[in-house]
Amino acid sequence: MNVSLILIVIMAVLFACGVYAMLERSLTRVLIGFLLLGNAANLLLLIVMGQPGSAPFFDSADKGEMSDPLPQALTLTAIVITFAVSAFLLALIYRSWQLGQADTVEDDSEDIAVRERGIDAEDTMDDDDLALDDSISTDFVGVDTAPITIVGSREFASLRDDAPVDRPAAPPEDEGGERR
Amino acid sequence: MSALVPLLVTLPLLGAAVALIMGRHRRVQVVVSIVTLSVVAIIAAVLLVVVDSGLPIAVSVGGWPVPFGIVLYVDRLAALLVVVSSIVLLAVLLFSVGQGAADGDDDTPVSIFHPSYLILAAGIFNAFIAGDLFNLYVGFEILLVASYVLITLGSTESRIRTGVVYIVVSLVSSILFLSAIAMIYAALGTVNMAQVAERMSELPQETQLVLHVILLLAFSIKAAVFPLSFWLPDSYPTAPAPVTAVFAGLLTKVGVYAMIRTETQLFADNDVNFVLLIVALATMIVGVLGAVAQAELKRILSFTLVSHIGYMVFGLAIATPLAIGATIYYMVHHIVVQTTLFLAVGLIERRAGSTSILRVKGLMRAAPIIAVLYFIPAINLGGLPPFSGFIGKFALFEAAAEVGTPIMIVLLVGGILTSLLTLYALMRAWNLSFWREEDDQIETETEARISYLGSSPEAAVQTERRAIPKVMTAATAGMVAVTVALTIFAGPLYDLCARIGEGLLQPVTLVQLEVDR
Repeated sequence: MNVSLILIVIMAVLFACGVYAMLERSLTRVLIGFLLLGNAANLLLLIVMGQPGSAPFFDSADKGEMSDPLPQALTLTAIVITFAVSAFLLALIYRSWQLGQADTVEDDSEDIAVRERGIDAEDTMDDDDLALDDSISTDFVGVDTAPITIVGSREFASLRDDAPVDRPAAPPEDEGGERR
Repeated sequence: MSALVPLLVTLPLLGAAVALIMGRHRRVQVVVSIVTLSVVAIIAAVLLVVVDSGLPIAVSVGGWPVPFGIVLYVDRLAALLVVVSSIVLLAVLLFSVGQGAADGDDDTPVSIFHPSYLILAAGIFNAFIAGDLFNLYVGFEILLVASYVLITLGSTESRIRTGVVYIVVSLVSSILFLSAIAMIYAALGTVNMAQVAERMSELPQETQLVLHVILLLAFSIKAAVFPLSFWLPDSYPTAPAPVTAVFAGLLTKVGVYAMIRTETQLFADNDVNFVLLIVALATMIVGVLGAVAQAELKRILSFTLVSHIGYMVFGLAIATPLAIGATIYYMVHHIVVQTTLFLAVGLIERRAGSTSILRVKGLMRAAPIIAVLYFIPAINLGGLPPFSGFIGKFALFEAAAEVGTPIMIVLLVGGILTSLLTLYALMRAWNLSFWREEDDQIETETEARISYLGSSPEAAVQTERRAIPKVMTAATAGMVAVTVALTIFAGPLYDLCARIGEGLLQPVTLVQLEVDR
């Protein structure tokens, strides 16, 4: 089975970009990531079809010259599903914007409570680890905008990154990177 | 008989359409939903009797030949699960009708509830009777999209937040599944499950392993198996009580069902059982430890749900006919019992205005009926004899002991420990919310533990107490009766499950039957 290398490269790029965009907190970017991933999967189905041929069912072409109709049917179904889900996601983003003027995904309050509870309990038990906390850091400490930035944004003063970002409401004072 | 099979999917879809058109007339919607689900339950029961005494039924929809058309396939497993899920869906529907009628449509806009609910049912049934992988994917998507609507019902801020987590995770799993289907088609030239099972052995083991692992990953996200279960306790508790009940009972089990098909039929001679055993142990232990740390009843139940998925993965990984049979029995038991517990918690929430076990107290005296309705499924889930939870776990442990390798013994001990910890978590809730008197003095140790758990924000949420309509109590009582029936009729049901287990490990008959049509 011969397949086009270009299609494979495009699919790989779409998958990579889709995964990257989906990891963002901003829901709009999640949506874009999902669209890229969906298209990548559809493209994979198309690649699976193999060598393109004449249209199936159109006229009585030779069976060997026809392209495989099944992946096309599967792709069409998958496109419809992706479309419906994107529409729903858009409605969700709109509603999220209406409610909180933001389209970011917040941390679960219960998770935060459990984490803080753990820290409190540990603090009373041992103070040794506290010193370590300052030395631990990740790339994302103090970064209150999303990792995607506009290329060459410094040269254009009027251009500013106004995409919704994930600012924590009130950063705790002892913010020191990854929690135990 | 084969004419009845497509009705399992088309009837709920038609019902959904009618319910959507009749959005203004709530009574009509209620009648349509109840009638549709009852008819489906009857059809499924008839099909179960037919396929149990004879051969499985395969229907090529629209008359297209096998690799091109859609095949619906009803064997004992599919029929049994459709019967159980339609009963559960019907009971939860009655519960929500009772709730909606009493609330006067305040938090649940009923006009979209019924159509979404019926579409969810259609998706679940479609997934169970799908004969090809792509139709299984479509079934998953139907039920997922309906569940997106149901989990964000009313679109309050908290539901949107938790709904987003659920939706994004589900989307990722769907994309994985779709990619896996594409790769399977590339390797085998078919998506029909019987043909896939037939041709899979021609592939080299490495290729099989890749396809196998991707499919298992996609299904494990849906089934909430441990490293991929993080989304479940986060997203389920905020949905309305009946929605959480049906999600907890059925949606994860659809994932488990797909895993059963994958393990036993599609990849019969490529096994990752050792990894599955480790994952099962982690799911059981981590899940139940999460439950022990919670103070909110719905969260406790969500974590026990995760941990009990571990038992099913455990049974699947033992991979003897006995173990598969036990897994299916356990699955049926768990669908019913978990749903019942969530319904009982829905009753507690209405009665006491809260689901935090720190705030709710004195219910034993105030609401003895709710006490009974909570207690029976709770000890059932905890695995006390003579209930079905005990029978299912005992069968699983017996199958593990029969294999008898060291890892099996480790899993067995882990399973018993999980069972005891489940009992501990549920009985702690029982002690605090039912046996504690309104003006009880608390001993210091308990007090310290309560103040520790009480720091979680949701423990402080108090809604108004509301009267409980009789329909809600009746629906819950009906479900409790079903859990007891699972125990009373454990003999015939277990025999049926054992037959399913043996049948699943012989994929040849299925292949011949489907390809011939």
